[in-house]
Amino acid sequence: MGEIKFMKGNEALAEAAIRAGLQGYFGYPITPQSEVVEYLALEEPKYNYVLIQAESEVASINMVYGAAAAGARVMTTTSSPGFSLMQEGVSYIACAELPCLLVNVNRGGPGLGTIQASQGDYFQATRGGGHGDYRVIVLGPNSVQEMVDHTFLGFELADKYRTPVLILSDGATGQMMEKVVLPEPIEYKPNKPWATTGKTPDRERNIVTSLYIQSEDMEAVNIKLQKKYQNIMENEVRWEEYKMDDAELIITAYGLASRVCKKVVDIGRQGGIKMGLIRPITLWPFPMKKIEEVAALDHIKFFLSVEMNMGQMVEDVRLSVNGKKPVYFYGRTGGILPTPEEVLEYARKQLK
Amino acid sequence: MKEGYKIIYQRPKTLLPKRMHYCPGCFHSTIHKLLMEVVEELDIQDKTVGVCPVGCAVFAYEYLDVDMQEAAHGRAAALATAIKRMLPDRYVFSYQGDGDLAAIGTAETIHACNRGEKFTFIFINNGIYGMTGGQMAPTTLEGQKTTTSPYGREPQKAGLPLKMAEMVSQLPGVVYAERVSCNTPANARKAKRAIKKAFEIQAKGLGTTFIEVASNCPSGWKCTPVDSLEWLKTKVYPYYPLGVFKDESAGKKEV
Amino acid sequence: MPPKAKGYVEISVEGCKGCGLCVVHCPVECLAMNLSDTNSYGLHYAYLSKEDVCIACQNCSVICPDAAITVYKKVD
Repeated sequence: MGEIKFMKGNEALAEAAIRAGLQGYFGYPITPQSEVVEYLALEEPKYNYVLIQAESEVASINMVYGAAAAGARVMTTTSSPGFSLMQEGVSYIACAELPCLLVNVNRGGPGLGTIQASQGDYFQATRGGGHGDYRVIVLGPNSVQEMVDHTFLGFELADKYRTPVLILSDGATGQMMEKVVLPEPIEYKPNKPWATTGKTPDRERNIVTSLYIQSEDMEAVNIKLQKKYQNIMENEVRWEEYKMDDAELIITAYGLASRVCKKVVDIGRQGGIKMGLIRPITLWPFPMKKIEEVAALDHIKFFLSVEMNMGQMVEDVRLSVNGKKPVYFYGRTGGILPTPEEVLEYARKQLK
Repeated sequence: MKEGYKIIYQRPKTLLPKRMHYCPGCFHSTIHKLLMEVVEELDIQDKTVGVCPVGCAVFAYEYLDVDMQEAAHGRAAALATAIKRMLPDRYVFSYQGDGDLAAIGTAETIHACNRGEKFTFIFINNGIYGMTGGQMAPTTLEGQKTTTSPYGREPQKAGLPLKMAEMVSQLPGVVYAERVSCNTPANARKAKRAIKKAFEIQAKGLGTTFIEVASNCPSGWKCTPVDSLEWLKTKVYPYYPLGVFKDESAGKKEV
Repeated sequence: MPPKAKGYVEISVEGCKGCGLCVVHCPVECLAMNLSDTNSYGLHYAYLSKEDVCIACQNCSVICPDAAITVYKKVD
């Protein structure tokens, strides 16, 4: 049993990273996630990790690349505009097959946007985000506890598959305070024979690169990456079901929106509507199979994706449902959290 | 082997026996050679990690028999920063051209120098963007013709060429900054000594070392290799003088 | 004047890119470009044209960008 504390999301994430064996953090302040680098700076004298407040998000992601390629357990955190800046770096990290943990505390956009919570970066997160055919594993926490759990999980998955893992949080989850159980610190002892640590006489030099001038080589790398993604899709999908047993009206929501939707399901059922919630925890790989199975059931009336954006995850729901049932969308953005009442009203309208 | 003779110089083993793709006469090749001689002489092959740029030297890892990382364009200083922080006892160098270090990578260059990151910059300044076909660089000379300055670089539009060794010397994190060249055997020997000195300073953990090479580009400058040396002497060195701009290595305490 | 050392250089025919920098920097002018032959890359390569004159100063091997030159010195 770990330590129980009352913590802010961003700070819990930072503490979890330390306990998970963080060796390097390279980041840049941006609201609403600056608390992560501040917490790590405050705790630094007690531990051995390298901490650099870099000159920009561009520098940050490239420092992550360099340190990851040198064999370290590293991470960076940022928010939407900063994550856009990092996309080139993430593409390089994915192609070079380096492990790292990334966190996007999603704020309103597009552009400079707002500093409040949003889910407007879903597309960017789940479609690779940068140039080229790649994906990153995306975890969508909906509580401060999950900010902690996903940090441990994220580092493990990153090492297991040699791929970037993104925690797609949001401005509210990062800021709110909840009770958390913090796991015991682990002792991180990596074995990375591919890392650039200095060419000893017993091996060839290690080159970490994403450059392949010959077309055949580039295609071979892509095929290798796709095999890896296939493996991840088969083995690492995670989701939560809420009151799904006899549900006829299925709500899909992730992160912050899912907390509202649990309330929607409860109130709906009180009013006689058999609602259920599927909450994707891995946004990539998306729980396509689960939704496909549910969509095939006769008694299902329709799906309703509730998001804090203008309609992004709903496309993945539609792909999974594949025309079997209607798929609707309800969303608010700019940092506005939909209320259970307005979601229910919309759902009732579709029922008619 | 020749009877009655002994070898007093041959290609360093740390430079792989591959034909380098650089154009005939290009100082990229020369610096690759001198750098690997230093690695061999200091016996640090198993402790060296290099970062290569985007530019003509993007394939440096094909020739240098040390662990290497390919950086995104301009970001080598960020990678080198992180590598050196994670592996402080290794000899870390970044190898960059004028686009990489002085255009897209200026922020990373300045901040690594300002923080005094303890790696060695090797900056190949040849006043042109070679790999992409000969466009103007931040270090292209006033009046110099390139594909994007076909009438000669105009200071009112493009500013004057950036003097990086001079600029970074202003930053307290930089302990040693020298501009060298390879146009004569004497200068090439000086360049090698500068690289060796930079690595020795790195071993003492004193701060950032910055070696700028006033280099040539016969292909981009549209002249023969021998003529490129003339351009260096008459046009480049008056603006980009060779010499030490900063050397605080004697005064500083070993870390 | 001390007697000059007897030196000898080997320039790799395939490794030489014909840049000519060694030829112009040899202090005793014992190197030349072979204008009547090319290597497999179609380049004229440098070679030791005056064998008895080389002083093993290593100017050529230092200036050679491609590390294509091996320098020998007579054993006393």
